[in-house]
Amino acid sequence: MDLHVEGVKKVYGDGPSARLALDETSFVIESGQFVSIVGPSGCGKSTLLMMMAGLLTPTAGGIRLGDKAISGPPPGVAVVFQDYGRSLFPWMTVGKNLSMAAAADKLPKAEVGRRVDEALKAVDLAGTQALYPWQMSGGMQQRVAIARALVVEPTVMLMDEPLAAVDAQTRADLEDLVLALRDRYNMTVAMVTHDIDEAVYVADRVIVLAAHPGRLIADIPVDLGRRDQLTTKAEPEFVKRRAEVFTLVRRPAATPSAESDAELDAQPSELKA
Amino acid sequence: MPDPSGATSTLTRPPADDKATAVRVPRRKRPFGRRLVAGVSSLWLLVAIAILWQVVATVSPTLYFPPLSKIFVQFGQDWFTGDPSSLFLSQHFFDAAVPSLRRLAQGWGLALVVGIPVGILLGRSAVAAAMYFPFIRFWLAEPKSAIIPVAVQIFGIADSMNVFLIFVGTVGLIIVNTADGVAGVDRMTLQTARSLRISPFTLYRRVLVPAAMPGILTGVRVSIGVALILMVISELYATTAGVGYEILLNQQSFKFLQMWSAFLLIGVISVLLNVVLELIEKRVLRWQRREGLSGQ
Repeated sequence: MDLHVEGVKKVYGDGPSARLALDETSFVIESGQFVSIVGPSGCGKSTLLMMMAGLLTPTAGGIRLGDKAISGPPPGVAVVFQDYGRSLFPWMTVGKNLSMAAAADKLPKAEVGRRVDEALKAVDLAGTQALYPWQMSGGMQQRVAIARALVVEPTVMLMDEPLAAVDAQTRADLEDLVLALRDRYNMTVAMVTHDIDEAVYVADRVIVLAAHPGRLIADIPVDLGRRDQLTTKAEPEFVKRRAEVFTLVRRPAATPSAESDAELDAQPSELKA
Repeated sequence: MPDPSGATSTLTRPPADDKATAVRVPRRKRPFGRRLVAGVSSLWLLVAIAILWQVVATVSPTLYFPPLSKIFVQFGQDWFTGDPSSLFLSQHFFDAAVPSLRRLAQGWGLALVVGIPVGILLGRSAVAAAMYFPFIRFWLAEPKSAIIPVAVQIFGIADSMNVFLIFVGTVGLIIVNTADGVAGVDRMTLQTARSLRISPFTLYRRVLVPAAMPGILTGVRVSIGVALILMVISELYATTAGVGYEILLNQQSFKFLQMWSAFLLIGVISVLLNVVLELIEKRVLRWQRREGLSGQ
């Protein structure tokens, strides 16, 4: 199912204190595509992703998954948050954290167990069901968070700077892991990142947003074929696309604003359960 | 569509040493010598006071402070002369301490049953919190001993008076601490729960309540102290049985050995209750030990 973002706009607050986080934005993510969303702080990239996840309501416009409008967290869509430390439930074991994700689908117990085992195996953490998240390293915790997303066997996986909090080596491994999982689970993936190399490396397409106000300024296809941490980043296509995205992200905003609205980007204040 | 020619990276094996960084909580025992030192340093003041008491009371005997050794003997006679079948507890224990403990259990138990759900509700709803918190804060500030005369007026000299006093004295503490715990649940936690599309019932049972458990248990622990105080005070004021009543009765009939024996019993009961709660808290909040382990 294609993911349609249609004229989506997000304004935080109202009256004189209202702030335009994301101006009218439209694009389509085709089924099976891996799309990176990049942009400077305050460009509304996390806001956009949270709206795609149904965790935030657009002020105008709408988002459709296939022909179904998204009004709340839709089935088949999994979210991986940046802050795995706060996103995994520390009072539950890894196994419980994962089976929790399947609770909404009311699956038979055996099926949940099978999916949990498979998801853990897919992130190379087989047999860690009984551990608590806090007994694991940061990279392992983020892989648990990814495994939790896999338990629902999602058609769409939305990732909000999933690799920002792990070290460089782990990060490279996780980039390849996410790519492998995309193929294995046949998912559509949208990943927000502020790392331009990462954005180009993983994606079939890079969507570039600008800040003040947040808006789409470019949609760049990446034609790289099979990725390899060693050789891909030396390929002419990678270098070209990387420079392209870099120039777009780093260029001065069209309407400069002194105030920093980084918090709009990272922690939309409207987000709540 | 994904490029059909490629984009199919092999599943990369994470480095092998990654697994080794999993921290299993160590359960090592400290050496006996260190534990002895720790034990001595935590108990020295208690022991010093006991020795001082014993020496002073033996050297210059007074009616009010009998030697501690005699108090201990009295303590044993008063409370621990029963059958093994009743855990060696004497009939006197069942006559005096059990009524107190029953009132404590009823009053404090009711406060938990009412306070925790109300606290969860107030922690979740800003409207409810705005409606009820001013009253609850006022109620918390009011010294509960001040309402003993009122309670006696309403209930008379009856168990229900003591139970009522313990209940009203502790329920506010439990509500406020529970509500704080619930309101303080990480937004990220709630957002995650929402994205997992879990049902409201599961949200409360598996996410909100466990996440708020530190706050809830703080209320439980703080309130047991207040409950014990009110248990004793209400007995000093008006009752016909109970450990507090024992103290008063023996003091008024100049049986100071028995008075101190009852005093000691209250101390032992309080310490035991606190130790049990602490153990429960440690068990339930095991996961909180992640502090200091994160980022490994």
